[in-house]
Amino acid sequence: MSEILKKKFKKRVSGVDRFLTFIRVLMATLIVVGVLAFIAQQVWPENPFTEWRNPDARGLTGDQFKGLIVSGLSQGAMYGLIALGYSMVYGVLGFINFAHGEVFMVGTMSGWITSEKLHDAGLWESNFILSLFVIIFVAIATSTVTAVITERIAYRPLRNSPRLIPLITSIGVSFFIQNAALGLFGPTSKGYPRLPEWLSKQRSILTVEIAGTKILVMVVAAVSMAGLWYLVERTQTGRAMRAVAEDKEIASLMGINVNRTIVITFGVGGAMAGVGGILWGLLFRSVTHMTGFLPGIKAFTAAVVGGIGNMGGAMAGGVFLGSAESIAPMVILEPLGVPGVSQLKDAVAFTVLVLVLLFKPSGLFGERLSQEDRA
Amino acid sequence: MMSTSLPSRKLFDQDWKRVSFWGSICALSQVFICLVGLPAELNRRILIESTLSLGYLFIIWVPLVFGYVVSKMVELEGVENPKPGAAELLSGAITGLLGGLGLVVLMLGIDNFDLRDPLLNWNPKLLRLLTFENSIGFGSMIWLLVGVGLGVFGASLHQMTTRIRKMVAYAIFGLFTLAVLEDVIDDLSEGLRLEWLSDMIYAKRGGITVTSTIVIAVVLAALPLLTRGKVKEAVSRYRSSDNPAEQQRNSIVLFALVAVVFLVLPWFLGGIINELLANVGLFLLLALGLNIVVGLAGLLDLGYVAFFAVGGYTTAVFTSPNSPWFSPETHFGISLLVVVVMATLAGLLIGAPVIRMRGDYLAIVTLGFGEIIRLLFLSDWLKPYLGGSQGITNIPGIDLGPWEVRGADPRSVFYMVLAFCVLAIYVSWRLQGSRIGRAWMAIREDESVAEVMGINTVNSKLMAFVVGAVLASFSGAVLAAKVGSVFPKSFEILVSIIILVVVIVGGMGSITGVMVGSLVLIGILGGPRQPGLLQEFQNYKLLIYGALLVFMMLKRPEGLVPTARRTRELHQEEYLQDAWLGDDDSEQQEEAGERL
Repeated sequence: MSEILKKKFKKRVSGVDRFLTFIRVLMATLIVVGVLAFIAQQVWPENPFTEWRNPDARGLTGDQFKGLIVSGLSQGAMYGLIALGYSMVYGVLGFINFAHGEVFMVGTMSGWITSEKLHDAGLWESNFILSLFVIIFVAIATSTVTAVITERIAYRPLRNSPRLIPLITSIGVSFFIQNAALGLFGPTSKGYPRLPEWLSKQRSILTVEIAGTKILVMVVAAVSMAGLWYLVERTQTGRAMRAVAEDKEIASLMGINVNRTIVITFGVGGAMAGVGGILWGLLFRSVTHMTGFLPGIKAFTAAVVGGIGNMGGAMAGGVFLGSAESIAPMVILEPLGVPGVSQLKDAVAFTVLVLVLLFKPSGLFGERLSQEDRA
Repeated sequence: MMSTSLPSRKLFDQDWKRVSFWGSICALSQVFICLVGLPAELNRRILIESTLSLGYLFIIWVPLVFGYVVSKMVELEGVENPKPGAAELLSGAITGLLGGLGLVVLMLGIDNFDLRDPLLNWNPKLLRLLTFENSIGFGSMIWLLVGVGLGVFGASLHQMTTRIRKMVAYAIFGLFTLAVLEDVIDDLSEGLRLEWLSDMIYAKRGGITVTSTIVIAVVLAALPLLTRGKVKEAVSRYRSSDNPAEQQRNSIVLFALVAVVFLVLPWFLGGIINELLANVGLFLLLALGLNIVVGLAGLLDLGYVAFFAVGGYTTAVFTSPNSPWFSPETHFGISLLVVVVMATLAGLLIGAPVIRMRGDYLAIVTLGFGEIIRLLFLSDWLKPYLGGSQGITNIPGIDLGPWEVRGADPRSVFYMVLAFCVLAIYVSWRLQGSRIGRAWMAIREDESVAEVMGINTVNSKLMAFVVGAVLASFSGAVLAAKVGSVFPKSFEILVSIIILVVVIVGGMGSITGVMVGSLVLIGILGGPRQPGLLQEFQNYKLLIYGALLVFMMLKRPEGLVPTARRTRELHQEEYLQDAWLGDDDSEQQEEAGERL
């Protein structure tokens, strides 16, 4: 009896499963070998593996390594802010809002326009803190409005349709917003005005050289995250949001206005994307109509990494992804002898997505979805 | 049922909130269209000589549509509806008027404020266009009048009899098609030595002449009167013939007709139109492949361009003497075999990891794969093998003994693409009804049920990926031979999205739909880098594709030429309701029968 069962189960392992196991093992081996090779290269630069794969490697100095981590963290904080929007919308409605990256771009764009105007008016130099508040406010406002309007026009009529239909719609919305921005503002890359010296200069904190801008980015991200946490976990609205995410029908029976809650979810996600947009503007000081595309997909990756529907997870996933894409090329790929690794930054981000979904589809911190969405 | 009908609404008995809402939306859309730069850019294309350009058309369709929408009444079943009357016309007029006011405000704004810094199109050029190079007062008057007129016209569409509405629709669509097809008809009449025909219809500087506009409009409007539904009858007779032998004969005749048209047509067309048809064919090939993956199996593959790239690059490596690492310089036919193998491998490699994922994760991960492959082609790492951003150039044409297929000779490319398309259509058509095709459809409808019914879902899905991949790689191979070079830039994510739009607009899972979709979209608007008939759209193509995708998903998710099954799936509730109502009827009949 047990023999027969065993045979049966043996047969159940299909070729696809074997192939997947093979990929898992292969990727894990590559990562381990890469990291080991990196350590070997740092400790003993003339070791045979390095001589073979990467003879003219110079390794990383401690400062360079710290620099990579810091820039990874600050970018990751930004991805985390965008990821919150994906995560919240997925938690409540169960579909990927592909256009969320464009909501982020709209925030960056409006921040650019406002900062430009403030710069012309002279306020940018004379009172940077005030103008920072103004541009963050404007970006939050425009991003929120964009998110809410798209919800109203494109997603609300599709609430009960099969899952892929709103996803396809959101791809359309994404391309529409992208190209509307192209038509309105033109294809050139737009530069944010120069940041004041006291902010952008390098500072040394705990032996880590870090640009003031990056500190600012991390602080703003942390503050927004704390605000969001308070909203979701401690207020009536937040409770309504969690209830709707759990079960829309029961929530409405409990007297929760589901439509309103969904709009608020979109709005809050949009506001976070707006803050993220300003942080992007401060970090990279340039914006085009394509700005939203890659960060959008990466932020979705971050949301998946952290476990979709899980807000703390989204933030942690963002930080993880940001650090991974800044460190992995130098630490894993370069010691393996891959040339031009800095070009592969985006490829690393996508690989992280594929790997997480292969190894642990529910994310590192577990997803929080209602029963129907998990199916 | 009551025999008396309610009187129509009083003239000022309006739902003011609704009218002002739609009016302001109308105004906002018109201002948005102006500021995005559509009118200024499209103004070069003249549709009707000295009267209407494509740019103006893009402003004036707005009040018409909103006039139509605002005066639409909710039809309630079983309740007597008030007759549409002057009140509806008034609401249409107000909507149009508000739209016109939006343009007036825009003109005044451009005249008085300078917002050119962020807004590219806030410039005197737009102002000149809106005022018809006249004063603002003149422009305002025209736009207000046009808005009111078109709003009323839009509202009055509800009140026409079916026949008149049909006549109007024939005239408008016919004229628009004729204007869009100007290049084709010019070309064709030159090839057929009928230059007088195009000279008669079109003006020298583009656009239909005013006299022929009127004549054609009258002729087109008279068409439905003349045919009186005879065409429709013939079509339905053709479709519903019960005799299988007759049916077969009919379809053979139809097929032969289409084949003859496509085989003969290129000889009467010039280079540009042939090139365009070849592009349509390339995208049709891609769309047929995606139709199998998305339409039949329901797997939303957003990284479909990866297979296109695999086909292109494999052909380039195997046939080009410039391939940096391995260049056997084989014949296209041999490289095509390698392409099939590579595409199968790529399909399995990309398909296997994603097959177990939920539908939406699958979409994003395939998107990621598509980008990874492009980034790898672009990177320094693979540069010694695949040429990096410089790509691989100098790919020879296809040598077919007496003929040679080269990019410089679009006609030969067209025939080559046509051959592949016929193959792809045949394959999709045969697959659709086969066991695997039905398995795909079952998986699309409900995966767990399909599995319970004994379908090996994993293998079926992999099969869909592989078939789609092979079709896409054929397209890539022909593209490489046609253009003579491959670059990572030609394989952007955009290609996947545009093909997705083609499949969705045409109708997911419907071969005819996909053909119509690629002919209309790629032919008129153009592909990601290839211009269509309206080349002026080049910069706004994606805007329109995006809007189209949203519109189709909201209003007609089953596509223009839907399959019956897909329609039923998407409108399940309505069908159930109808079935229920139908049941009711039959019960009543039964009762009546019993009583008799």
